[in-house]
Formats: sequence, structure tokens, C-alpha cells
Amino acid sequence: MNAAKAFFGSTIGQKVVMAVTGLILFGFVLVHMAGNLQVYAGPTKLDEYGELLRKAPALLWGARLVLLGSALAHVWAMLSLTKVNMDARPTGYRVETYKKSDYASRTMRLTGITLGAFIVFHILHLTTGTVHPQFVEGAVHNNFVFGFQAPLVSGFYIVAMLCLGLHLYHGVWSMTQTLGLAHPKYDLLRHAAATAFAAIIVAGNISFPVAVLAGIVKPAAPVIAQATAPADATSVRE
Amino acid sequence: MSSGNGKTLNLTLEVWRQKGPKDPGKFVTYDAHGISTDMSFLEMLDVVNERLNEKGEEPIAFDHDCREGICGMCGLVINGRPHGPRGATTTCQLHMRSFKDGDTITIEPWRATAFPVLRDLVVDRSAFDRIIASGGFISVSTGNAQDANAIPVPKEAAELAMDAAACIGCGACVAACPNASAMLFVAAKVSHLGLLPQGQPERESRVTKMVAKMDAEGFGSCTNHRECEAACPKEIPVQFIARMNRDYLKASIFAGRREARAGDSA
Repeated sequence: MNAAKAFFGSTIGQKVVMAVTGLILFGFVLVHMAGNLQVYAGPTKLDEYGELLRKAPALLWGARLVLLGSALAHVWAMLSLTKVNMDARPTGYRVETYKKSDYASRTMRLTGITLGAFIVFHILHLTTGTVHPQFVEGAVHNNFVFGFQAPLVSGFYIVAMLCLGLHLYHGVWSMTQTLGLAHPKYDLLRHAAATAFAAIIVAGNISFPVAVLAGIVKPAAPVIAQATAPADATSVRE
Repeated sequence: MSSGNGKTLNLTLEVWRQKGPKDPGKFVTYDAHGISTDMSFLEMLDVVNERLNEKGEEPIAFDHDCREGICGMCGLVINGRPHGPRGATTTCQLHMRSFKDGDTITIEPWRATAFPVLRDLVVDRSAFDRIIASGGFISVSTGNAQDANAIPVPKEAAELAMDAAACIGCGACVAACPNASAMLFVAAKVSHLGLLPQGQPERESRVTKMVAKMDAEGFGSCTNHRECEAACPKEIPVQFIARMNRDYLKASIFAGRREARAGDSA
């Protein structure tokens, strides 16, 4: 018990929490993006996918709890470490110059906070439909298309995804560093992999609102809207 | 000093002046004219101090010792860069030819809670000593010295250990880090012992104790900006930080889990 207290109380322990929860969330956004690519496979595909995800409510809610827990732990580690870091350098320099840090690494808090706000909006928008004027339970494809037809909403999605790209570009590499997954032989690979993952996720996700606004992805025939959802699944995953 | 190319510079210095640890401190502007490009940065400050002395003013306090880049005593933040604009260079090895005539140079002390300013540009780096004292050593029983070649060390491990051991403890990593983190310093010290056979018996306890001490001294955490690596006069790479993280994780998860047997005292 004392060992656990020491570990989670240490800056490295908290960084490990940040890295592990970040890895879970990163895995989720990758799968989430890949799943949504089905929107290009016709108007019924996404609805079927949504139904599939809701087939086992225990599994779905289990996954949601893990994600929620990860997000909360990620934020906890951020708050705790930010406090440590601010206390460690209360007086800054008059001249600030940077050599190896980059825009992504220096804006992790900003992009992270933006993503936090985005996640709340995203759930209210396409999961619960609270802020989606044309939301129909279970009609994943149409909710998706009608949702992105609003340019302001699409704009926010695109900005948020650019933030996600910056966050992952630094975060994925940083995660390998924190978990000690470093070896001189593979160091260039770590940067390349972080860049590639960030680029793939951003490109995939931004393609959705763009495809809708460009009219490439169109709403499905109205029949789709009556796809039945299980009574206990209160939400729809796009 | 040989004449070199015989050029001189007229510079303006913006120097942090602080009478003592409790003094709020302020920037003071000094004129530094006729500075030879062959001078080191510290020699330039010597000249400025000599002129201040002649005028009966208090000279600028700064740390220095060997002036050949190996002791780790000198260290100034010059135009926002610890040890100045050149890579792999300590302040004492930085020469005035790195500056242009008419330049304004801002000189600040290392900024970190764990490195309180004692006076002007001098900071107290004894936090580093306390981190070393907490575990940055190997325990050697006295007796006859072992035959030098009795313990084989892989060439690669020896080279890596030497890379880490190049750390002179100047604190530029802390000064450069936006979080004033000492991770590069501690990682170098943990690694240079942890890579060698002699460092194995205390490998787990060492990393645990040194990280705990580092945190207790009030250094920040690592956000992987790699500014430390850029500022390090010995070019110690952040891969050592990853290595320390790995050691710390292993030690935290596995250390002290030996199955107890009857009669054990510990």
C-alpha cells in the first residue's frame, strides 16, 4: 500500500497514469475513426455498426466506464503535475526562447482543454442528441449527415480534430518516453509512428464533416430512421 | 591571450542584480564597450566587473571555477538560453565571437524553486548534491581491490554509461526546462551507475530514492519538451530519461516482493 502511495504520489508515477490513460484514449480514437470510415460504405452500414455496438450493453457500458475513468485520471494527472510544475518555476525568464520543444508540446494543456470541451459537446451532439436538432435515436447515418450539415458544428469538429492531431503528435511520442519504451535503435521510429498516427486520425476524422459539406456523403432514405434500438441503450454511437 | 582577429565589440548588458535571497532583485543595464571577440563570456564579465570596481560599485556575482568546461560551476541564462546560444558549450567556453557588435545581451540566473538565487547570478544548487546523497553512488566494501578486468562490461554498456557520466551537474537542464524539472540530471546519474555491473545491487533502491528526493526538492515534472537535451553542454540525450522511467516503473512494481521465509529478520 505504501509502495502504491509512493508511486502515485511521485511525478513519474503520475506521468505513467497520464501515459497509460492516454494510450487507452488514443486506442479509442483510432478505433472510433476506423469504425466511422464505414460511412463511406453506404447509408445503412453505419446504422448496422451502431446496432452491433449496442448489442451487448454490459460490454458497451464497460467500455464507456473505462474511457470515462481514463479521461478523469488523465485530467487528474494533468492538474496535479501542472501544480508541481508551476510551483517549480514561479519566476520565469525575461527572454523566452525554445530550441527543441515545439508548438505541439507547448500547447498540450490548451489542446487538451479544447478536447475536453469537444468531448462533452460531441456526446451531447451525436450520442445523446441533446444539442442535435434533427436527432433520431438509432439513425446513426442520418444523425451524422444532418449534424455535419451545420457549418458551425463542422467547423468546431475540424478545429477540435486539429487540436487532437497536435495533442497526439506530442502525446504518443511522450507516452513512449514516459513508459520507457525507448531504444536507440528505434528512436526515429517513435517520432515517425507518433506523426503517422496523428496524421491518420486527423485526416480520417476531418474527412467526415468535409465529405458531408461537399455533398459526397448524403442522408439515407427516410426508412432508416425506424431502426429499433434496445430499450436500455439510451445512446447512439456514430 | 593571443590577438586572434583583433576585433572588439560594443555591447549592452541587461543583468539580473539581486542583493540576497530575500531581495526582490531587478535588471540593471551596463555598457560593455571594447570587448575582444577572443574573450570568453566570463572574461567579458570580469572586464565589466573590473570597471565596476574602479567606479566603486558592487561587481556582478556569478559562479565559475575551472573555466575549461568540465567542473559544472558556471551557468548563466544568456538571451533566454542556458549557457548561451551555442550547443554543447558551457558558459565559460562560450566566446564573445558568438555575438555581434551592438548586441544587447540579457543575462539571468537559473530559475527554479529548487535553485534559490543567492546573489545576482549565483544560485544554490545543493539540491543536486542531496539527490546524489540519496542514492547516486555504489556501496563498496573495503578490502583488496579487485582485479581491474575481473568484471566484464559490454562495450556498448560502457559507452552508454560514459555518455551519461559526462554530466557535470551544472543544472542547465533544470534552467532550460519550462517546468524546472531535474529529470535529465537524475536520469544521467541513475543511468551511468545502472548500466554497469557495479551498479546493479542498488539499482532499484537507487532510482526509487533519487526520484523521491528529486520530487521532494521541488523540481517539476517532465513534459518531454526536450529543452534540457538542447541546453545540456554535454549533449546528454533524453533517452536516458526514458531509461530512468523504465527503471522506476520496474522498481515500483517489482522491488521488495521477495517471498519472506521463516527466520528472516527483514
